[in-house]
Amino acid sequence: MVKIRVHSLYKIFGPHPNRAMKMLAQGKSKDEIMAAIRHGVGVNNATFDVHEGETVVVMGLSGSGKSTLVRCLNRLIRPTAGSILVDGQDVFTMNDSELRELRQRKMGMVFQNFALFPHRTVLENAALGLEMQGVPAKERLRKADEALALVGLEAWAASYPSELSGGMQQRVGLARALALSPDILLMDEAFSALDPLIRRDMQDELINLQDKMRKTIVFISHDLDEALKLGDRIVLMKDGAIVQVDTPEQILTRPATDYVARFVQNVDITKVLTAESVMKRSEAVAYLRTDGPRTALRKMRKYNIAHLFVVDQNHELVGIISADAAADLAAQGKDHLADGVVCTDIKTVNPTTPAQDLFNIMADLPYPLAVADENNRFKGVIVRGTLVAAIAERGGTA
Amino acid sequence: MNIGKLPVGKIIDAGIDFLVEHLSFLTKAGADIVETVLSALERGLLAVPAPGFIALTALGIWLLTKDRKLCLGSIMGLLLIWNMGLWSATISTIALVAVSTLCALAVGIPLGIMAAISSILNKVVTPILDVMQTMPAFVYLIPAIPFFGLGKTAAIFSTVVFSMPPAIRFTYLGIRQIPTDLVECSTAFGATRWQRLIKLDLPLAAPTIMAGINQTVMLALSMVVIASMIGAKGLGGEVWKAIQRLQMGRGFEAGIAIVIVAIILDRVLQNLGAPKQQQ
Repeated sequence: MVKIRVHSLYKIFGPHPNRAMKMLAQGKSKDEIMAAIRHGVGVNNATFDVHEGETVVVMGLSGSGKSTLVRCLNRLIRPTAGSILVDGQDVFTMNDSELRELRQRKMGMVFQNFALFPHRTVLENAALGLEMQGVPAKERLRKADEALALVGLEAWAASYPSELSGGMQQRVGLARALALSPDILLMDEAFSALDPLIRRDMQDELINLQDKMRKTIVFISHDLDEALKLGDRIVLMKDGAIVQVDTPEQILTRPATDYVARFVQNVDITKVLTAESVMKRSEAVAYLRTDGPRTALRKMRKYNIAHLFVVDQNHELVGIISADAAADLAAQGKDHLADGVVCTDIKTVNPTTPAQDLFNIMADLPYPLAVADENNRFKGVIVRGTLVAAIAERGGTA
Repeated sequence: MNIGKLPVGKIIDAGIDFLVEHLSFLTKAGADIVETVLSALERGLLAVPAPGFIALTALGIWLLTKDRKLCLGSIMGLLLIWNMGLWSATISTIALVAVSTLCALAVGIPLGIMAAISSILNKVVTPILDVMQTMPAFVYLIPAIPFFGLGKTAAIFSTVVFSMPPAIRFTYLGIRQIPTDLVECSTAFGATRWQRLIKLDLPLAAPTIMAGINQTVMLALSMVVIASMIGAKGLGGEVWKAIQRLQMGRGFEAGIAIVIVAIILDRVLQNLGAPKQQQ
């Protein structure tokens, strides 16, 4: 279901936006318009959808219009033309009270520099949005407390923002938005002001929270790694225009334009990463000699996977067994795995294989990719879903 | 080359005459009210014997600031004033300052808030403030007389006019200095302009507004002294008398008393204005 539908959205900065709009229609570029009539093009014909429960990362370099775009969604900035439908309601034409209603209840916003009120305690900050709604003090403080518990800060409720580290302050910012229980979270470079380690923790935490809450999130970032890690889809912007809207994998493997290709290439950490650095060092293997089908099934259940790689006593890869095959063996009362193991066509890669090549290798593989050294000794496993995340995550420090 | 003197003074005379003619019934009535309030306040303050007043002041300062040095200094200063026989003049001056400051703040702070919200009003107020602040203080004494007659009300009027600009300016400045990300945040959470004013603007601008109040009090004190020329009495009156009789010692005694009052007021207000320490 489409939650937010942005259609042909424009934002021109300057006293005569219509003149700039005409020049845009004539195909003039942002720089040409700036040079000719000194008007800034913030957003140029942006069209995209955000589905319910989806995390969309709007990515671009500074000045690409991503912050302007997200501020148009709750009309902190008034667009020049176009439409923004949130649950079918056009934000562009809302009057003041409809707009306040939207901001107070439907959209929580998290800011780059936290924007906490310094004269209020953490708890009072978290309750801010509810206060604007006019929720009675007792109830709003209770809800704010719950929101603080979600981000693990309930012990700091009585502290002031200045006593907290940057990461903790941003958790308060997140709690303040969550306390509204909004459908939509707008996160403007929410983690960009944090140092890399904290930033990664916060990203993980957001992913965890999102697993539980399934909010619709529009996340602004200038950081490709962050976009790859967090985004279900990525909206890539340049000079106010959207150049590609796609999944992280598609962006990496099938860039729509040269610009995207260069963007991806510039930050392309897949080149320096190898299979070994992105694989999971898996203990989830079955031992051909000692494990029976029931043990194999138990391991699959434990690690929540549908296939187990099978190794011999030298830790050399023998093959792979599926949950179905193991279940059949168990049903037949067999107590060893040999009959169910598929030995042929097991694709393995060397630990030194560049991560870049892994996408193609994995493209049509029905099960995870095994990593084995020259002696066929099993090293680890690469699961498609985690490949992108692993690249994103480790890219920051690679 | 003689183009003649432009009739600036005449125009102003005519304007003030016109205002006096049509407004003096109001201003005279106002003068009566102010006179009554002021003399009641003065009598109330003087009803407390000096040692009691000094003790109460010291206690108040202690409760407000917890500053031992300031407390002891105030006691010694006030004792010196009492000893010099300037007690009732000092009380009279304090009452004048209190009433004028309250009037100046009652007008100035709301005006500063409105100027911060409305840029049109700000454009109107700014040049007027510039004039008010650069005009020599004595000039305000002259129009006060036809409106209010010689005496304390005229003194208060010119003092209010003279001391109001910092209250307006600092309030305006304090609100305009609120970080833009906080302003944006309050908007993003759906705050009305009133909610923003109460929950964000005023609490964050409070230290700056406090500095403005301090300035207003100091200016009021200096103007109250000057206003002794139109009958303000008090410590300024003592100085004025000493000037006319060339009593240098007496003049300096009154001057020292003014300095003591100024320092006490300034330190206490500064202390209140400093942001509270968070533990």
